[in-house]
Amino acid sequence: MGSGVYIIDGARTPFLKARNAPGPFAASDLATAAGIALLGRQTFAPDELDEVILGCASPSPDEVNIGRVVALRMGCGDKVPGWTVMRNCASGMQALDSAIANIRLGRSGLVLAGGVDALSHAPLLLSDAMVRWLSGWYAAKSVGQKAALLRRFRPGYLAPVIGIMKGLTDPVVGELMGQTAENLAYRFGISRAEMDGYAVRSHRRVAAAQDAGFLEEIVPLVARDGTLYQVDDGVRRDSSVESLAKLKPFFDRKYGRVTAGNSSQVTDGAAWLILASEEVVRQRGLAPLARIVDTEWAALDPAQMGLGPVHATTPLLARHGLGLNDVDAWEINEAFAAQVIACLRAWDDADYCRDELGLAAPLGRLDEDRLNVDGGAIALGHPVGASGARIVLHLAHRLRRDQLARGIASICIGGGQGGAMLVEAA
Amino acid sequence: MPADFRHLTLVRNGDADGLAWLVLDRRDASTNTLSRDVIDELAAAFAALEEAPPQGLVIASAKPAGFIAGADIEEFTRIDSPEGARRLVGRGWELFDWLARLPFPTLALIRGHCIGGGLELALACRYRVVVDEPATKLALPEVMLGIVPGWGGMKRLPETIGAPAALDLMLTGKSVDARRAKQLGLADECVPLRVAENAARMLVKSGQRRHKPPFVLRLLNGPLKALVAARARRQLAKKAPREHYPAPHAILEIWEKFGGNALALPADHPASLEAIFRSPTAKNLIRVFFLQERLKGFGKPDGDAAGFAPRHVHVVGAGVMGGDIAALCAWTGMTVTLQDRGVARIAPAIARAAQFFDRKARGDKAAKARQARFALDRLVPDPDGHGLARADVVIEAIFENLDAKRALFADIERHVKPGALLATNTSSLRIEDIATALSHPARLVGIHFFNPVAKMPLVEVVAGADSDERLLGRAAVFARRLDKLPLPVRSAPGFLVNAVLAPYMFEALRAVEEGIAPETVDAALVAFGMPVGPVELVDTVGLDIALAAGRALAGEGVAPPQRLAALVAAGDLGKKTGQGYYPWVDGKVQKGAVGDVPAGLAERIVAPLLAAARRCVDDGVVADADLADAGVIFGTGFAPFTGGPLHYVASQRETSAAPVPAAGDAIVHAR
Repeated sequence: MGSGVYIIDGARTPFLKARNAPGPFAASDLATAAGIALLGRQTFAPDELDEVILGCASPSPDEVNIGRVVALRMGCGDKVPGWTVMRNCASGMQALDSAIANIRLGRSGLVLAGGVDALSHAPLLLSDAMVRWLSGWYAAKSVGQKAALLRRFRPGYLAPVIGIMKGLTDPVVGELMGQTAENLAYRFGISRAEMDGYAVRSHRRVAAAQDAGFLEEIVPLVARDGTLYQVDDGVRRDSSVESLAKLKPFFDRKYGRVTAGNSSQVTDGAAWLILASEEVVRQRGLAPLARIVDTEWAALDPAQMGLGPVHATTPLLARHGLGLNDVDAWEINEAFAAQVIACLRAWDDADYCRDELGLAAPLGRLDEDRLNVDGGAIALGHPVGASGARIVLHLAHRLRRDQLARGIASICIGGGQGGAMLVEAA
Repeated sequence: MPADFRHLTLVRNGDADGLAWLVLDRRDASTNTLSRDVIDELAAAFAALEEAPPQGLVIASAKPAGFIAGADIEEFTRIDSPEGARRLVGRGWELFDWLARLPFPTLALIRGHCIGGGLELALACRYRVVVDEPATKLALPEVMLGIVPGWGGMKRLPETIGAPAALDLMLTGKSVDARRAKQLGLADECVPLRVAENAARMLVKSGQRRHKPPFVLRLLNGPLKALVAARARRQLAKKAPREHYPAPHAILEIWEKFGGNALALPADHPASLEAIFRSPTAKNLIRVFFLQERLKGFGKPDGDAAGFAPRHVHVVGAGVMGGDIAALCAWTGMTVTLQDRGVARIAPAIARAAQFFDRKARGDKAAKARQARFALDRLVPDPDGHGLARADVVIEAIFENLDAKRALFADIERHVKPGALLATNTSSLRIEDIATALSHPARLVGIHFFNPVAKMPLVEVVAGADSDERLLGRAAVFARRLDKLPLPVRSAPGFLVNAVLAPYMFEALRAVEEGIAPETVDAALVAFGMPVGPVELVDTVGLDIALAAGRALAGEGVAPPQRLAALVAAGDLGKKTGQGYYPWVDGKVQKGAVGDVPAGLAERIVAPLLAAARRCVDDGVVADADLADAGVIFGTGFAPFTGGPLHYVASQRETSAAPVPAAGDAIVHAR
């Protein structure tokens, strides 16, 4: 196993809530700005990196290999390879794991890896019917042909396909991500009030962390009009159970429990970590922030995707002989309040542990004072590709801040997967 | 026969495609210029080609720098008689006329600069292909030297692209890039380098007729010439009065009435070559050209500065000067970290830079967006000063406070890498006083930019008493990297430019104090040849800044003009507050009527400037009078046709037939 791979430093943008229009920064703008700020404070130059790996769930059509685009924009030079990984909500964590794999194989010694998404820039697409009609129109040569096509046109063709709704729908089971959260709420009997309470706590914890200066991983952004973005702007300090109770269920309309208020926000953001081998740390005299010891990926029924952290984390704990509360700090990405609560219930549920995880006894109750102490995606937002990197980065900072020995960052993945990383103090 | 040529090669492809390639490569020079021996060789080549005509001729350059930079300007300075001028014009006119008459198709393949005589050669070819690169520039800048494009430019440019566009190019001397050349019809094709030779080959054999502008434009270059000429004349009268700048007026007349042939004018015609030769303007503008070349020479990366290629600049202070310096550096391709106390102070500079990049970007919409985005990527807000450790150049542009600057440099010195160049943009403090805060005071130099940074061509490279010569050389190289003209000056109050400007502006304000309207004062100096009147300049610079600079520079016991002090006290600081000596609306000055200009007013107001320039030479602030002239022209816009302030004084003395008592007296008085 070795001693793992070192986290040298990391940085992220403020997470900027999508407000029904494209935000001030494209995905590559976000990743470039955070990356330049991060690389600018290192003792090595950007062109000394061995590679750049970026997770992104929805790169725009003009920068499909966004990892390479950003590497060039950050000034890494022509000779540093850049590539892009896609594992839905865990794309950022996958980028870290791909870096770790290459470092362990000896292919790379010093890697910049992270994730990004600018969901506010998700495109509106033309319907297939419209595309077929248009291709006929462009091919039509005579006025007669065009007239015939015009007669066949139906206004319904103009209805746009909302790219982000496509992206947030499971193509196999045909359910929206929020509907998979409803599945978990039903299975574990999680009430609307429990979810809303969890959401309020997330907002309060982020607000407290902001006030305490605990979000030191953020680097400010300056838009081209001079507007300054310094903080995560989705946080609602006035959030309360009463105000959340007024929201209507969004995914299972009318009768459901999952609302926009107890789900993660649609957000733009980027997060980076610099990872290095032990040899490079020694040679260059780097001062690591933390160490990624181990990674686990797991898969499960897509309709239960929110339980991904349970399936990824359980084998990781077993491999290292750890119980839930032997881990000092936990980051579980808050895709939905229902989903995080369901994870905690599953570990504490004898039937679930036996039937789904093959355990003789349940793992028990995870101490919630160890979990997401500085809040999570319900308040910060969930820029899909960035979140996996963000939770590892924040966990590393938290270990150092509170002088803790080890932590786990885990994330659920649309499509029915989970990823988890075990991080220890450097 | 090819062995006879020193400056070109003539390659015949024989049976392959029947084309001939004439490739210019002037020996012992980095650029092609049309010196007398090059012209002779071209004539010999044409003769040889005429004897055994190829199926087509392509003229190209072997120089990476460009196609042809124009005539050999050194040769101009050796012309000692009007007849000499006529002979020189005749040589090129006849050669290019011959080129145009060659009995086979001809084509100029243009990559990089194609200037003056170079463009006239290209215009004499039947076709022109330009390579689509930023460095490709086509221009007839003769007017900037006070002369006319007499080698066929005045005839063929209007014939090729129409009179309005041609006059615009010839009367301003401005250049067009490859894409614009294609749009204008100046180039037949604008292509990437990779297909340029093939395009030349195919086009020259195409049999296609020579490009002509559309019918309406042909009318404007024929029966309706007078319309275009009248319009151009009106604009010219405003911008370039004939008594100061005869050349543009001559161009207009030679085009309108003499078919663009300067040789057709009789010697006693006011637009004749003889008249241009006799006017001092051409000599003075050619002098200014060489002064500019001399300034450029200070920034050549040779000697100690060889290999100095700054890639990372760290700027401390994100105010107007610091922010604009940072933006310019980023635009020229350097990585820039911009430091100030908190990113909120840096953000406005980023916004200004974004607008600057949008203005500078060229090409189609996508290309412009790319250029602006990549330049913004290179401009990094750095409130913590991380960039210091990696910077090749550090420029301080914080407020003018000695203690603050000393503390800052002491800190900077601890963080920078060994070879980094440390510079202050101070305009009023002594380099020595700041430098002693360093453990190696020799490391500090001054690099003094002028506002607005993007527009002003000059920077003063300021030597403190201890400044390391090698670092001063590097500072000049850095300035050239930003396409600025570096002027070496010694650390003395106001250096050169502010030292001459301050007493000049004060004298103008004194005239206002005496009851002469600001409009009248400004009109007198614009008529003298200044780009903008001194009172308007004070309003633009800011009355507070003018007052502070004036106090510091006017010398002991010189009281500032009372009204200036009163306006500053009232908060009327000029353009930036909307009211100074003039009211300003939306950034535009509102001027009233100009009164009668008292005799000698301009001379009186210029006199302190002339005296200060002299003093700067005597005190060694600049090395010699030529550099003082160069600095004052490029730093203040001082009437270029005079050849500079000290040259002006000298030539006024020479032509004592027209005495200048006011100026002369004032100089004596002021000293």
